[in-house]
Amino acid sequence: MTREEVQQEILNIIADIAPDEDLGDVKPAVRLRDQLDLDSMDFLDIVMELRKRHSIEVPEADYPKLETLDSCADYLTPKFNN
Amino acid sequence: MDRSLDGKHFDAVIIGAGMSGLAAGIRLAHFGKEVLIVEKHNAPGGLNSFYSLNGRKFDVGLHALTNYVPPGVKGTALGKILKQLRIRREELDLSEQVGSRISFPGESLFFDNDFSHFETEVARAFPKSIDGFRRFVAELPTMNDPALFKRMDSARAALAGYIADDALIEMILCPCMYYGSASPHDLDFCQFAILFRSLFLEGFARPYAGIRPIIRLLLDKYRALGGKRKMKCGVSRLEVDGGRVRRIHLENGDCVTAETVLSSAGLVETMRLVGKAGEQDDPRCHERLGFAETMTILDAEPSDLGWKDTIIFFSTEERFHYEPSREPVDVRSGVICIPNNYRYSDGKRLEEGWLRITSLANYDYWSSLEEARYYEEKVQAYEALTQNALKILPSLKGQSLDDLTKATDMFTPRTVTQFTSHLRGAIYGSLEKAREGRTELQNLYLCGTDQGLLGITGALLSGVTMANAHVLNK
Repeated sequence: MTREEVQQEILNIIADIAPDEDLGDVKPAVRLRDQLDLDSMDFLDIVMELRKRHSIEVPEADYPKLETLDSCADYLTPKFNN
Repeated sequence: MDRSLDGKHFDAVIIGAGMSGLAAGIRLAHFGKEVLIVEKHNAPGGLNSFYSLNGRKFDVGLHALTNYVPPGVKGTALGKILKQLRIRREELDLSEQVGSRISFPGESLFFDNDFSHFETEVARAFPKSIDGFRRFVAELPTMNDPALFKRMDSARAALAGYIADDALIEMILCPCMYYGSASPHDLDFCQFAILFRSLFLEGFARPYAGIRPIIRLLLDKYRALGGKRKMKCGVSRLEVDGGRVRRIHLENGDCVTAETVLSSAGLVETMRLVGKAGEQDDPRCHERLGFAETMTILDAEPSDLGWKDTIIFFSTEERFHYEPSREPVDVRSGVICIPNNYRYSDGKRLEEGWLRITSLANYDYWSSLEEARYYEEKVQAYEALTQNALKILPSLKGQSLDDLTKATDMFTPRTVTQFTSHLRGAIYGSLEKAREGRTELQNLYLCGTDQGLLGITGALLSGVTMANAHVLNK
């Protein structure tokens, strides 16, 4: 999977969690929670969706690595390709 | 479909198919858990349910869905529920209230879903208190504030620190207590802060068809995710060994096992299933609040009669009395709800006019009556409550309510005990709340009323947060 595909998958997950959010203009370098109505419960859901859909485990210590789309791509691309 | 459950094992068994149980079930099933919801009644919804009488559909509970915020407002309870349950906003089809008021002797405060209107009303009626009122609102803790759950101060005392006019304090407390205080006279500040926000800073809305579409939506979701449920079958006993629930015995004789049990039956009610509690284990059980409600179906659109309010919270005395009723029904205060007065899309109107009146009621009185007397007394109480409400509502100008009435019904605290597990028909449950949802057993947790979040929104959030905390994020 490319970085772009990983970012798209994160956006797909967010679209399922928060279908009322407009995801057309999410800036990859800006914190997701600063652009969207996402709180800690929603980030836990992103983690759980990654486990459910892709069997990817994100330990709690690594939650900060999901802050932006860019950091998601950095952190998750190797896991997707593993 | 109705295969025996006997011997089956589940990741989670949920007691009660009310709002909190269904929400918990959806969360767990969504993440692949094997879930069973057991419900003793034949209809889901719990305290927010529905029934039919002579071909007419009645709602129980729902006056208004509180916590309403328009799309785009961030960090709200309604937003959390929608996301956690993967519900799109349109699916709830919510329409906003027209406007409500708090009616006390000599003063009336209008409010709607725009908080600035309420603020203007407070400034008009209580100029001495408006600065303090604004300071209070600015300092009001949010639901996300962890400190909130540690504060157990008296709401009355906290309000007195901000607001000079005692009459205003009474008027603010009235709707907050009627929409979610399990405790009489006063409530803890944290519960009050949650209620004040959900009623005034957020607001009221309702689906055109009432509670049914909300329940249908939740059930459909739960079913689509593979969740199982067993209706008309309560839990007879929770078998305990080594500090855990080992087996769940159902009323039909089946016995199932589960890693975790989430119960919405209430704290004492749940511990009774374990055989560890009786009514005496809730020392303040006699202070539990019972309610009665009348329903009048009108042969008129209420707004055409001059009844334009969505909800009226009233007290006929300056000092608002919120306590177990000594009389069969306490007519000194109450809530009048007119479900017609929401801004339904395309100017749609409900097919019939509705008038609902809620008041405090005496559980011991209603539960002790023999059947025939019970029905006679209900007629009397219906008359007392509606006549009282007519003094609060704008005058009918010569028309009589009887001539406008097509049908009536009424529930008492006795009715509530028939359809839910709540001791003494207390719709807001025990005075003590278990905010963490924990019990003395390792795998038995509470959700719903006695976890402390009330109302439809609160109950849904309770199910979500308890499922997350005690099963998914363990």
